[in-house]
This record gives sequence, structure tokens and C-alpha cells, in this order.
Amino acid sequence: MEQAEDLSQYPLELTGKNVPMVRFKKVAKRYGSLTVLEHLDLDVAEGEMVTIIGPSGSGKTTVLRTLMTLERINEGVIYVDGKPLTHMEKDGKLVPASQKYLRAMRSKIGMCFQHFNLFPHMTALENCMEGPVHVLGIPRKQARERSEELLEMVGMADKRDQHPSRLSGGQQQRVAIARALAMRPKVMLFDEVTSALDPEVIGEVTNVIRRLVSDYNLTMLMVTHQMGFARDISDRVCFFYRGRIEEQAPPSELFGDPKSDRTRQFLSAVKEAV
Amino acid sequence: MADWDWDFTWEILPRLLAATVNTLLAAGIGYIIAMFLGLAFALAQRTPSNTLTMAVREAVEFIRSTPLVLQIFFVFYVGPEFGVVLSPWVAGMIAIGLHYAAYLSEVYRGGLENVPQGQWEAATSLNLSTARTYFRIIIPQALPPSIAGMGNYLVGIFKDTPVLSVIGVAELMQTANSIGSENYRYLEPYTMVGIIFLLISLPSAALLRSFDAWVRRKLGMN
Ligand SMILES: Nc1ncnc2c1ncn2[C@@H]1O[C@H](COP(=O)(O)OP(=O)(O)OP(=O)(O)O)[C@@H](O)[C@H]1O
Ligand SMILES: [Mg+2]
Repeated sequence: MEQAEDLSQYPLELTGKNVPMVRFKKVAKRYGSLTVLEHLDLDVAEGEMVTIIGPSGSGKTTVLRTLMTLERINEGVIYVDGKPLTHMEKDGKLVPASQKYLRAMRSKIGMCFQHFNLFPHMTALENCMEGPVHVLGIPRKQARERSEELLEMVGMADKRDQHPSRLSGGQQQRVAIARALAMRPKVMLFDEVTSALDPEVIGEVTNVIRRLVSDYNLTMLMVTHQMGFARDISDRVCFFYRGRIEEQAPPSELFGDPKSDRTRQFLSAVKEAV
Repeated sequence: MADWDWDFTWEILPRLLAATVNTLLAAGIGYIIAMFLGLAFALAQRTPSNTLTMAVREAVEFIRSTPLVLQIFFVFYVGPEFGVVLSPWVAGMIAIGLHYAAYLSEVYRGGLENVPQGQWEAATSLNLSTARTYFRIIIPQALPPSIAGMGNYLVGIFKDTPVLSVIGVAELMQTANSIGSENYRYLEPYTMVGIIFLLISLPSAALLRSFDAWVRRKLGMN
């Protein structure tokens, strides 16, 4: 049995001038004896685009999955929009979040996956409408209009009545982005959304993400192996190494003049692989 | 050797056909019970409660490892000793429904486990409720791979209905027995029973295959 953590060191909520949209505070995640995240501190400001890069197994996906509440954390607290996500207040103290609380907080976050994970038995439009109608309780007609707008935005309006099996990978990923946006999240998470795609269709997905950066006031956290893309659109790049942030900086700095040897090694290894 | 008697055959045919309706009814009702109860068994084995999971798993194992006829006798004859007096029909439907529920729950379980983990994660990230996730996302995808197995058990339950004759349910077998003992002729009634079963079983298999294809098309997965 793990020793109970002293949660009194964490504030019940974040207040003040510069409250980040996302804050990881001393977050640890373990699978048995394997420590995947080790006392991770990470802030993402509202509207910021932060990219996570790093070697395989360094915990990049785990950061996103804990934020999406797909995984529970072992230590620390994650805050979203100033309020605790992984915990909740009870009698003036933080306690682990209940399912009900998680459900309320989860609505602020949307996620896109490497393998799209569209619902195969629903059309593109139905995929986008499922959440708005059945979770947010938006009337069908309104949800439909909004979903159609989003499909239009990702360039998939003409395929709205197709099932995923009839769509290419790039098209499926664009539908998946529209589906996540339809829930009106404040934070969007992208986990290697182009890794499963053929090279010639990667552009159609990255262009959609570029659009999100320029036209939407979304806070975004993205894991990618595409260094060029990360360099182009990120406000900040975090290099992960063994569950910790080894180095973080604006892209020009991190790619142009990395401070850490490990970052340098990783970047040159990636360059050679291309 | 007895010769085939066509007059006798025509004479008993209406009675046999009437009993066929009962057989189909027994198979149909039993199967509907088995479908829903089986789903409950399968879902119960996926709850966070270990006690419930273990209890249901043991019950399913127990039912699958003992003969149907014993279960029918049990419900019908042992029930009254505990104050549960049931008509042959009700007892028969409970026993056969329970028996096939155990088998169907295994089919469902396989189907549910077949649905990729990513579907659960997508449902969670869209904040769908657990019930909505099961009934709108997971079960529709677990269904198509389960249909072949479900079809086999539909034909199976139909062929097992004669066992209900042991407690006097007036289905085909029971009726053929009565006709035989009333007339001291068994060749025609039993042969006719065999032919009726064949005529229903064979097309069912083909029908099930087209149903399978239809469901897959309907769910947009081919
Ligand atoms: N469910 C799990 N059970 C046990 N170990 C796990 C589990 N999920 C992830 N891990 C381990 O946690 C570590 C970090 O995994 P994670 O998926 O976050 O890495 P990553 O940085 O995204 O790697 P990649 O670039 O390969 O996607 C890995 O060593 C992985 O094997
Ligand atoms: Mg990963």
C-alpha cells in the first residue's frame, strides 16, 4: 500500500492574475514499479500551443492521457481552468475526484488520437453529433448545424454521410478533430495525430491544426514526431526524457540552440532518421 | 417391417403442425429470455465489483457444465419443494432461457472484448455516460462478430426444445409421443418430426447469414 499523500500542500483552486489553463503540479504516474511521470510540473497558458517531443516511452502520451482522465495519477494534482481536475474539494480539503466531478471537468477537454477512434457504425456527421446531443443536450437541429459547420471547416462537408470505413486516414482524422471540437472544449489534446497517416495526406491534417491555432482561442497540447511542424506552430516546445521535462523553450530556441545534451542528441537522431 | 401409411400421415399432420407452433414459440420465448439474460450476465462480469463478477462467472460455468434436462427437472420438480410451483411452460422457459443465457453470455463476452480499447477512450473523451457508451457505442460493435455464434445457439435452442417433453410441454416431441402411444404407430410421427425440424433448421442457417450481412451493412462495417 502506498503511503497516503499530503494533499494539503496543493491549493484548492488557482487564483491570481496569470492562472494557467492547465497546470500539472508534482504529478507522478506509475505502472507497478515503472515510473512513467516523475513529479512533473507543467503549465500551459490560455490560448497557448505547447508541443511535447521526446523519445519513445518518455511519457508523452501519458501526459495527455492523464489530462483526458483516461489514466489516474498516483501523486500530485492536475488543474484545469483554475480548478483541480484529478481531485475535488471536500470539507475544505482536496480528495480524489469522484466520477461525477470528473464528468463535469472532462467537458473542458477534447482529445484526438493517433488511430482516430471514430465510431465505425456512425457516419461522419453522427460521430460529430453524438456528444453535443447526448452529453451537452443541444437540440438535434442546432447540433447538426454546428457539426456541419465544423465538418466544413475541416473540409469534410461533402463526406458527412459517409461511414469511417469509406474515408482515408487523413479524412478520418479531420472528422475526429471536428468531433472533438463539437464538444466546445477549452483545451485540445493531439496525440501523434499524423503518425498513422500516409505521408501525402499529413498536410491536410496539419493544415487543420494550423487553422485552429490562428482562428480559435484554444489551448492546445500536442505530441508529435514532426519536428518541422512543431517548430512552425508551437509557442513552446517541451522535450521529455524519462518522464520529466528535460528542456523547454520557444521552438526557435529549442531547435536552434538546445541547451541540454540529451535534447541535442535526440534532435540529431531524429534528423538522421528523416 | 411396417409400411409407411400415407392416410395416417395426413391424419396426424394438423396436430403436428399445431405442435410445431408451440415448438417455435418455446424456442422463440426461450431465446428472447436467453438474449437479455445473457447480456445481463456478460455485463455483470464487467462491473468493477469482483464479487459480482466471480459469482456470475461461477454460475455461468455451472450452467454450462450440467445437462439441460437436469436443469429443467430441477426448476420443475425441485422448485415446488421451496414453494415455487410453476407450470410446465413457465418452468421450461426459465430453464431453457437460463441455459442458453449462459452460452450467449460467452458469445457476448467475446464480442465485447473484441471492441478496440480506443472506442472506450473516444467515448470517455466525449464524456458519454457509461450506459450510452455501452448501448450506443460498444454493443453495436460487439454485435456483428457475435451474430454467427448467436445464430448457432438459436438453431441449438430450437433443436433442444424436445427436451421440454420430459415435463409435459406440448411441443412437437411430446405430441409425436402421444400420437404414437395412442395409435401404436411411431414411424410416421417421428419421421414427420424429423422432417419438420430439418425444414426449419436448414433455411434458418441461410437466413442468419443474410441477417449477419444486413446488420454489418446497416452498421456501415464491411
Ligand atoms: N497501461 C500501461 N501499463 C503499463 N505500462 C504502460 C502502460 N501505458 C504505458 N506504459 C509505459 O509507460 C511508458 C510511457 O508510455 P507513453 O505511451 O507515455 O510513451 P510515449 O512517450 O508516448 O512513447 P511513444 O513515442 O512510443 O508513443 C512506456 O514505457 C510504456 O511502456
Ligand atoms: Mg505516445
